[in-house]
Amino acid sequence: MKLNRIGWNALGVLVFAVIGFPVFWMVATAFKPGPDIISDKPTWIPLHPTLVHFHDAIHTPYFWTDAKNSLVVVTVVVALSMVLALLAALALAKFRFSGRKSFIVLMITIQMLPPTALIIPLYVVLARYHQTGKLTGLIVTYMTFVLPFSIWTLRGFIIGIPRDLEEAAMVDGNTRAGAFFKILLPLVAPGLVATSVFAFIQAWNEFIFAYILLTDAQKQTLTVWLSGFYGTARGTDWGGLMAASTLTAIPVIVFFIFVQRRIAFGLTQGAVK
Amino acid sequence: MSTNLDAAGAAIPLRRRRVSRRSFARFTAPYLLIAPAILVIAAILAYPLYYLVRLSFQQYGLFQLIAHKGSWIGLHNYGVLLHDPVFWHTLVRTILFTAVNVALTMVLGLAVALLLVRVHKVVRLMITSALVLAWAMPVVVAVQLWYWMTNYENGVVNYVLTKLHVGDFTQHDWYASPVSALGVTTALIVWGAIPFVAITIYAALSQVPRDLVEAASVDGAGPINVFRDVTYPVLKPILLVLASLSIIWDFAVFTQPFLLLQSRPNPDYYLMSIYLFEKSIGLHEYGLGSAIAIVMVLIMLVLSLFYVRQMVRLGEVK
Repeated sequence: MKLNRIGWNALGVLVFAVIGFPVFWMVATAFKPGPDIISDKPTWIPLHPTLVHFHDAIHTPYFWTDAKNSLVVVTVVVALSMVLALLAALALAKFRFSGRKSFIVLMITIQMLPPTALIIPLYVVLARYHQTGKLTGLIVTYMTFVLPFSIWTLRGFIIGIPRDLEEAAMVDGNTRAGAFFKILLPLVAPGLVATSVFAFIQAWNEFIFAYILLTDAQKQTLTVWLSGFYGTARGTDWGGLMAASTLTAIPVIVFFIFVQRRIAFGLTQGAVK
Repeated sequence: MSTNLDAAGAAIPLRRRRVSRRSFARFTAPYLLIAPAILVIAAILAYPLYYLVRLSFQQYGLFQLIAHKGSWIGLHNYGVLLHDPVFWHTLVRTILFTAVNVALTMVLGLAVALLLVRVHKVVRLMITSALVLAWAMPVVVAVQLWYWMTNYENGVVNYVLTKLHVGDFTQHDWYASPVSALGVTTALIVWGAIPFVAITIYAALSQVPRDLVEAASVDGAGPINVFRDVTYPVLKPILLVLASLSIIWDFAVFTQPFLLLQSRPNPDYYLMSIYLFEKSIGLHEYGLGSAIAIVMVLIMLVLSLFYVRQMVRLGEVK
């Protein structure tokens, strides 16, 4: 029995090492001096850490412009989506009306559409209005996946709020709108934050739409910038690439750790209850 | 079931028509709330989808893109597609690829979840942290990272495999053959997908009644029997949802193979979405590309039908 337990824990440590290693290797490479990176025998731990690769990465052309572009696009997409999604989610979670079920099914089905299929008509239509290569065009395409996701997730959070609280407020003489602002909104707020952050991550990580629509190097997002990062003329600058990768991942990791528990809850809430 | 709900929902305002104003507001409120979202979805999703169908019946190349007008050619694009051997090879390759990826994701994800229950608190925290970190990696970052680990000159994977005496992997090029290159792609995708599956199953495992497991063990059931008769029935709905989602995601996967294998734009390495990209955006054949997209969407509709039904069934209870 005891031996058994040691065996499981040993296996557990091995699983930890295998899953965690790639992330460790990225950060370790980013801090290693150049010769340590390209030597035939890998240096496991950066004993002489250096920030030179981070310096190189942020001074690679268009890093700051593209980081700013990403931030602008993602912020606008999340803000617009949250307003529209909150209203729609309230309707879906708090009212029974005809067409409600079809709309829910539509929201689930839309999320199944492959982005590679959707990009063709979006590209042709945006080209007609001269919006390819512009951030506004990209914002429109990002709404296609952020909005349905946000409606679906917010609905899950709102369903989780006990109906009695709201009804009690209405009995106390509040109107439905009053009950919404005083009771429901504060309770939805954490779900709203979690959904926004998760929508932020999705939009921040997006690659296909940005890659196809934004062909001008000065007007790209950070993921497209990273995908085209080669470094020096002599070959791939692995240290710079890993530093750039780390920089791209940091905002996502910070946000992700922050909402991970809540979002796992939000995603299953609508489904299980 | 739903018709009852909807009928009931519509019936209430009708019965209270005399009370008028308040019930009228109650009747229109949901439509007012949902209208903005519906308008936006119609403009950015419904219209492009309609346009996709239209494009698939048109000759629409670079010239037509500039003129903003395609010419109608009926089913010609579909004919070209069905007579293209590359299409059929790609379809078969993608189905195999999806099957391997989904099977590995589900089996390994379930194994990690079951392991999480059995290990010490500290080890569990270690594994969960690694899972969350891997889960949080943006796809483009993950691709660059795996490309670095598997590059033939100084990739750490070659070094470790050689040291472990798996074989001589010095200067081994993982991208030299389609099977090996798609194998690396699979490793990358499964690594990124395990966290979501493992953490979701682990959460669902807490709903397995502990006394039932203990009772079964006392009755002399081995771990395999306990899993089959007690744990599995509880997990089944969530496993089905996860498997359906994985099938849908892996069948249409684009970014990982596109970036990892971009140095080899060779039809032997194509997956469906890469084929679609090369034909449409790559060759500026938007009409033909739309036909490929329609075929892909139809296949995915069939694949996701089950998932949608399952979600509706679970979601409608409340």
